[in-house]
Amino acid sequence: MQTINEISILSGKGGTGKTSIAAALATLEKNTVAADCDVDAANLYLILHPNDYRTEKYISGHKAVINYDLCTQCGLCKDHCRFNAIERKPDPDYAEGKISIVETSCDGCWLCSRICPVNAIDMVPSDKSNWFLGNYRYGKMVHARLAPGEENSGKLVSVVREQSRQTADECGAKNIIIDGPPGTGCAAIASLTGANKVVVVTEPTGTGLHDMKRILDLAGRFQVKRYVIINKSDLNTEIRDNICSWCEKEGIPVIGNLPFDPRMVHSMVACKSIQEWAPDSEISASIHKINELLTQS
Amino acid sequence: MKIAIASGKGGTGKTFVSTNLFAVAEKEARNVTLVDCDAEEPNVTVFIDGNTISTDIINQHLPVIDKEACVYCGKCRDWCNYNAIICLPENKQIYLIEDLCHDCGACLAACQYNAINEIEKRLGTVTVKQYSDTARIIEARADIGVYSPVQVIKATLNKADNAELILMDSPPGISCPFIAAVVPADYVVLVTEPTPFGLNDLKLSVETLEELEKPFGVVVNRAGLGDDRVYDWLEEKQIPLLMKIPFDKKIAKIYSQSQLLVQEDPIYEARFLELLKTIQGSCKP
Repeated sequence: MQTINEISILSGKGGTGKTSIAAALATLEKNTVAADCDVDAANLYLILHPNDYRTEKYISGHKAVINYDLCTQCGLCKDHCRFNAIERKPDPDYAEGKISIVETSCDGCWLCSRICPVNAIDMVPSDKSNWFLGNYRYGKMVHARLAPGEENSGKLVSVVREQSRQTADECGAKNIIIDGPPGTGCAAIASLTGANKVVVVTEPTGTGLHDMKRILDLAGRFQVKRYVIINKSDLNTEIRDNICSWCEKEGIPVIGNLPFDPRMVHSMVACKSIQEWAPDSEISASIHKINELLTQS
Repeated sequence: MKIAIASGKGGTGKTFVSTNLFAVAEKEARNVTLVDCDAEEPNVTVFIDGNTISTDIINQHLPVIDKEACVYCGKCRDWCNYNAIICLPENKQIYLIEDLCHDCGACLAACQYNAINEIEKRLGTVTVKQYSDTARIIEARADIGVYSPVQVIKATLNKADNAELILMDSPPGISCPFIAAVVPADYVVLVTEPTPFGLNDLKLSVETLEELEKPFGVVVNRAGLGDDRVYDWLEEKQIPLLMKIPFDKKIAKIYSQSQLLVQEDPIYEARFLELLKTIQGSCKP
């Protein structure tokens, strides 16, 4: 079995251009697998528009539901809940308030349902999230949709990662392009683990620099090669130079300096990647070079 | 009054809008607190800072299993819904995968042999800063490598109870960190950009807020950059468009230098003040 090159695109700060760059890298060579791991706000499908042939339910967790026919209002569950997800809600029929679940606070740990002396708490699965597998013009795409407000986006990312590896294995794909989520939490961590390369897309702004350092710090804790791309690099040349010298000091290669080009936005509006939309642009030329660097070793 | 500034998509301008709103409110001598709830990437203090009054460390509990008392019955493992406990009775082995622990206390409640105690593990910090006589900044900052920032966000929001006006710069997305930040809000300002990505994620945020029954309005940032579909959709859904901030390299430059637009341009000072008034008007029952 050949080894698969998993390239994870992250940024820390949102809106730096992860998805546009992931889409560009995923539309260069046939037989690529694209994995959208921003399950909270998935956008890659808007450019790749895959033809999904498989849809699966994802159980993100469980929520506690009280059966009031059995509940004796003893309050043991409320005393044990560490998420403040059980309260005594003011109610005309209950002097002390009625034991109720605060659904948005429930973590789905099951403790209340296990300790309830009269078995009055049921755990109901949250099954409104899905993941999908489809064909797109350069290969296969795995993506997902987390239902609003649901937990465990990191676990869903792991499902997408696992499925994309399996798919790459089956179709002999060499590269998996992972479009990651913003932030440094569970979803970002799940997008990093087991990847061969991490590309951090940043922008020359005070916040871009701040967040780039945090995500590179996180990535440095994993066995993964780190690279940086500076998007909209002509926006502030002073900060761009700061980023470059900081990366040089840390030994992290800056593999792309992409200028601001409104055609990047136009390509998005046209649902195409930048080199599909503007093959002669400077950015498209850079994307080819970046791809060579990331896929050769 | 609590106003959350949020968006599904990252990088649309949440921090840009909240810091500029804060600056105009502060100039009006309002009693205002800006809470940076984006604990994974706190950015407010890149733009505005103050004298640190306090920094609190936020911890979670972690179970510690006393191997003398443990009988390897496996009940704690069975009760742990996060698969954080591995128990191999044949080998008398039991251990905890720290990163998977959600601090729910189920293992503690499960153990009948008093073999589980708890220690504290650091998750991040809450820092309170005095910006001026009437204005404060409170920052949630999760430590690098921490899986969930939710406890840090909740602890931060608890610190912000007494100001007359509380602005909450929220984390992106629609999952638990976002919910933790918008649940206490009286009104939510959704910031988007007129692109297919922006619109797609705006729809997800709206769906979530409708489920939570929160009143909200929309600010379109970088207007003129993409297409008009977002305006058509807002009109169709009858969602109030609170403000349009044009795409302008001058504004981008000011942002990149970590400066506040309202302090550089009096026209925008007036416009953000108007935005603040519009939001407050929408809040009243």
